[in-house]
Amino acid sequence: MTKYIVNRLLGMIPTLLIIITLSFFIVRIAPGGPFATERNLPEVVKRNIEAKYHLNEPMIQQYGRYMFDILRGDLGPSFKYKDYNVNYYIANSLPKSIVLGSWAMLLALVFGISAGIIAAVRQNSWIDYLSMGVAVIGISVPLFVIAPVLQLFFAMKLKWLPTSGWYTTGEGWKTVILPAVSLSFAYFANIARLTRSSMLETLRSDYIRTAKAKGMKSTTIIFKHAMKGAMLPIVSYLGPAFAGIITGSIVVEQIFRVPGLGKFFVQSSFNRDYTLIVGVVIVYSVILILMNFIVDIVYAQLDPRITYK
Amino acid sequence: MSLNPNAKVVLEVKDLKTYFKTDAGIVKAVDGVSFTVREGETIGIVGESGSGKSVTNLSVMRLIPSPPGKIVGGEVLFEGEDILKLTEKEMREIRGNKISMIFQDPMTSLNPFLKISTQMVETIRLHEKHVTKQEALKRSIEMLKLVGIPSAEKRIQSYPHQFSGGMRQRVMIAMALSCNAQVLVADEPTTALDVTIQAQILELIDKLSTKMGTAVILITHDLGVVAGMCDQVCVMYAGRVVEKALTEDLYARPSHPYTEGLIKSVPRMDTTKKGNRLFSIEGQPPNVIDLPPCCPFHPRCIKAMEVCRHAYPPIKDLGNGHEVACWLYADEATKAKALAEANVEEKAT
Repeated sequence: MTKYIVNRLLGMIPTLLIIITLSFFIVRIAPGGPFATERNLPEVVKRNIEAKYHLNEPMIQQYGRYMFDILRGDLGPSFKYKDYNVNYYIANSLPKSIVLGSWAMLLALVFGISAGIIAAVRQNSWIDYLSMGVAVIGISVPLFVIAPVLQLFFAMKLKWLPTSGWYTTGEGWKTVILPAVSLSFAYFANIARLTRSSMLETLRSDYIRTAKAKGMKSTTIIFKHAMKGAMLPIVSYLGPAFAGIITGSIVVEQIFRVPGLGKFFVQSSFNRDYTLIVGVVIVYSVILILMNFIVDIVYAQLDPRITYK
Repeated sequence: MSLNPNAKVVLEVKDLKTYFKTDAGIVKAVDGVSFTVREGETIGIVGESGSGKSVTNLSVMRLIPSPPGKIVGGEVLFEGEDILKLTEKEMREIRGNKISMIFQDPMTSLNPFLKISTQMVETIRLHEKHVTKQEALKRSIEMLKLVGIPSAEKRIQSYPHQFSGGMRQRVMIAMALSCNAQVLVADEPTTALDVTIQAQILELIDKLSTKMGTAVILITHDLGVVAGMCDQVCVMYAGRVVEKALTEDLYARPSHPYTEGLIKSVPRMDTTKKGNRLFSIEGQPPNVIDLPPCCPFHPRCIKAMEVCRHAYPPIKDLGNGHEVACWLYADEATKAKALAEANVEEKAT
């Protein structure tokens, strides 16, 4: 097992190198650039800027310089936001996204799994239809509708929670609730539906029939015999989902004014901010690869038939 | 091998009816099945796929998935008490404790996520609350030894996938018998296994049930298995018992044309010549959705008469507990009466 973990971690390095290389060249090959404006800059100014960011060098030399910086842990200066380098922006925004995303995921997991199990156990009852109805709403109603509706109701009408902002002091915890709830909706819906279908399938399996024939209570059957098997699809969904949720959502961040990482994914592309684009791609890739790795480990813990050598 | 009429009756199924509601109509999977199981006896239930063998026994365990299935009539008397009337909680105390069941496919019938020890210990502790974990584990190991699992102390800590199919079925048997069940329902316990393993498993069931005094209901479609193991046989067709007799009696005097056909279909080393086609009963088993009141076997029966097409045959006792549901054994007056009644009904509709 230890050997497997070490191998997997080492295996991340070439994967990351390929991702970095590809994204480095793709953003530079794409037409336009960070300093392309409608009005052409005076030749001297342009040349100075390019020299400052080493854009006048051959691409392969830029690549070498960039890779060397990365090895030292430097993601380079942002081409758009002056004064700071990419590390600063990511270090400032990623923790907020992780906090928000984790809360959202926790909500989605707790409510999604409970709703899914109840719906499966009481298949075709009103509670099944209710939870699956909510799940369909969660999947089909976009975030930019859910979020303002929640704001309108809980912040404007009931005045229970702040409309937006992100504070960490005093009653700052209140600012996380609405964005986390909005963000969790779609994930809740997916988890509930996945849990329901996989629980239904598990409950129909032969070994559950055996457990019933042994005279076990249905609650014991669900939690002791069916749960592990039913959770496998959820676990594999959670890996990529978690990577997605903790790297932020631009919609939620805009609506609730959360200074998270999500906005950089979109803004950096609009700005052709080469280093920031590659920076967020690296962050996302590392998290995604780590999550998939964790999924595989959890899988082996859940299912004794899976062993890694 | 002969039946002891003085032995205590442990399980009596009377006119059991289990129907399934489907979009196409009502499936009468089990329609009036009766049989009696005495202490220590092995009763075979044979029939083609879909004849209602498994549904009969799942009904006895009250494990019919509902909806769509429902036990609509009859009684299942276990030690004189109708278990169809018990609450779910009382029923749970019978399942796995007094009546246990082993299933067709040992590959999927054990929980792949739990150790054998967990699965065995939980069964014992479920029904005998005072037993400690250590005692239950010890007893489980003894049971595994009894069913012939080598180095049981070690193997009990394994997961099901670390066992072969035959070994898993042995584990299932050990689990089913760990609470000293009075009745063991074996639903085609060897269908999924190799022929050589089949014989071992059947021998094991036979040996253990004799040793522990457990009555066995053996569901199978293998007449050879029945001949070797059972004291009594019920032949099922389209949800009904068409013939019921002591095993020797059944093979000596198969009375229902279906039973006759079944016995003839068994390939035999001595009489089946090389190159000859094997005997088979022509046609397909009927669709049990909305069966008309007639002998369900008549379209395939070589001895079918007019009355077979119009009314269900009465059950005739041929003596020595040999019962058959076939018009061949009814007297002319009954046939005429049934025909007349059927005609009246058909005209009315």
